[in-house]
Amino acid sequence: MSGRAWFATPLLWVGLLFAALLLRMDLLRPVFRWAFPETTPLIYDRASFLELFVAHLTLVAVAGFGAAAVGVALAIFVTRPAGGQFRTMVGTLAAVGQTFPPVAVLAVAVPAIGFGARPTVIALFVYGLLPIIENAVAGLEGVPHDVREAADGVGLSSRQRLFAVELPLAAPVILAGIRVSVTIAIGTATIGSTVGALTLGTPIFDGLVANKLPFVIEGAVLVALFAILTDMLFARLDHWLRRRRGL
Amino acid sequence: MIELDRVTKRYDGRSVVDDLSLTIRSGELCVLLGSSGCGKSTTLRMINRLVTADAGTIRVDGKDIIAFAPEVLRRRIGYAIQSTGLFPHWTVADNIATVPRLLDWPGPRIAARVKELLELFRLDPAAYRGKYPHQLSGGEQQRVGVARALAADPELLLMDEPFAAVDPITRDALQSELLRIHRATGKTIVFVTHDIEEALRLATLIAVMDQGHIVQSATPLDLLEHPASDFVRDFVGRQGLGLKLLSVRRVAERVRRGESAPGESLPQEASLRDALSAMTAQRTDRLPVADPAGRPIGIITLADLVR
Repeated sequence: MSGRAWFATPLLWVGLLFAALLLRMDLLRPVFRWAFPETTPLIYDRASFLELFVAHLTLVAVAGFGAAAVGVALAIFVTRPAGGQFRTMVGTLAAVGQTFPPVAVLAVAVPAIGFGARPTVIALFVYGLLPIIENAVAGLEGVPHDVREAADGVGLSSRQRLFAVELPLAAPVILAGIRVSVTIAIGTATIGSTVGALTLGTPIFDGLVANKLPFVIEGAVLVALFAILTDMLFARLDHWLRRRRGL
Repeated sequence: MIELDRVTKRYDGRSVVDDLSLTIRSGELCVLLGSSGCGKSTTLRMINRLVTADAGTIRVDGKDIIAFAPEVLRRRIGYAIQSTGLFPHWTVADNIATVPRLLDWPGPRIAARVKELLELFRLDPAAYRGKYPHQLSGGEQQRVGVARALAADPELLLMDEPFAAVDPITRDALQSELLRIHRATGKTIVFVTHDIEEALRLATLIAVMDQGHIVQSATPLDLLEHPASDFVRDFVGRQGLGLKLLSVRRVAERVRRGESAPGESLPQEASLRDALSAMTAQRTDRLPVADPAGRPIGIITLADLVR
């Protein structure tokens, strides 16, 4: 990719905008003052946005890595001869996890393990498994039969076949599942603030409770930019993966 | 040498390969010939244990293949299939290097082997080494598939309808190349096809299969002249039998040494069918014959073809 094309990508500009708002939201004070002359303070001040972002990122990263690791491992297991009989069961369980609203998961988790970040991570993890498992199974099953047969025929062990052939070929599809899961998790993580987790949703809920609309807008804009930026980074990763295969 | 000794494979209680015995000597190009479902592919895939026999033994060079771990066995046996099964995310060089890498060859030796094989298949190493399979034509993919099968210099090469999916002109070129490589390397090759013309052209030994049995195994000439049953006679085809007979005999067998004639000379390894075709095209009843170096060695006449 040429230097100019790189400069022209929205990724850079969205990233800069996000970083600027994260660090210097106060620069928008005149805009908020013009729009909401009655409200004080105009900029959320109970925690820095950077601090909220780091906490939010940590929640999503922990839940996302966990869901990706467990989801891909389960997908590998059910696409092996030994695990084939569990395929339907795993699919059903993941679908049930997706059907449960995260709020309900929180409601169940809080009495069991208390308030804070932990129930939020659990809710995000459960909610994020389905797209990852479904895509990973589809990706692994989408490896052409003749390629698998050739891998066996030339003498790859089943482990070598998995790591050298099946996973690399399924990687773009697996990545697409993780992308959907993580992007959704960034939005969903905001409700963790209702059970005491620190996230970019905290200003939103505080703003709603105290009737301070600027807080709601600040939190919402940052969460949206965070999700968009993450999606763009995944798109870049996907592009890189495909280019490595000469596609 | 490969010995299949009373080998049986059943699927759902039905015998796909039934009590089959066959011996293939070293250096032979044995074609398993039959219509689809006759058990020829299953027979082939039992030799490298992609399919496990239910009964009977298979020995390669005197050793029962059960004694080897399947991966170890397969790395010693080349395997090429119709759809090539090239790894789409690997370059041509990486695909060819698959088995040498599994065998932990040193890097320079692998690179040299890849270059040598690309040259053997008349693919320019500089141009093709870094390409991906989807950037190749069907014929080129098939060449790379066979090159991968030959990479670790196996004594034995298994080919499952490798040329069935390419166009007739490419198939003809690939068959010529396989014959050239078979002559040059002396490898034992087991080749599955349903195409009688392909079998007659390539084989030193044809095993005709039907319903899991070998109904006749013979040289191409024997098969045409002495079919063992009506099934073989029908399969070989009653029509065009004469032309098929011409196609399995070489010009070298009928050449009149020392004589000379005008016209474009035939190579001595050409078939009599090629000779008939050339005479018809050139409107003559005699043509000169040349050895592989291109030196004239004699002539062949129209009468010699039917002698």
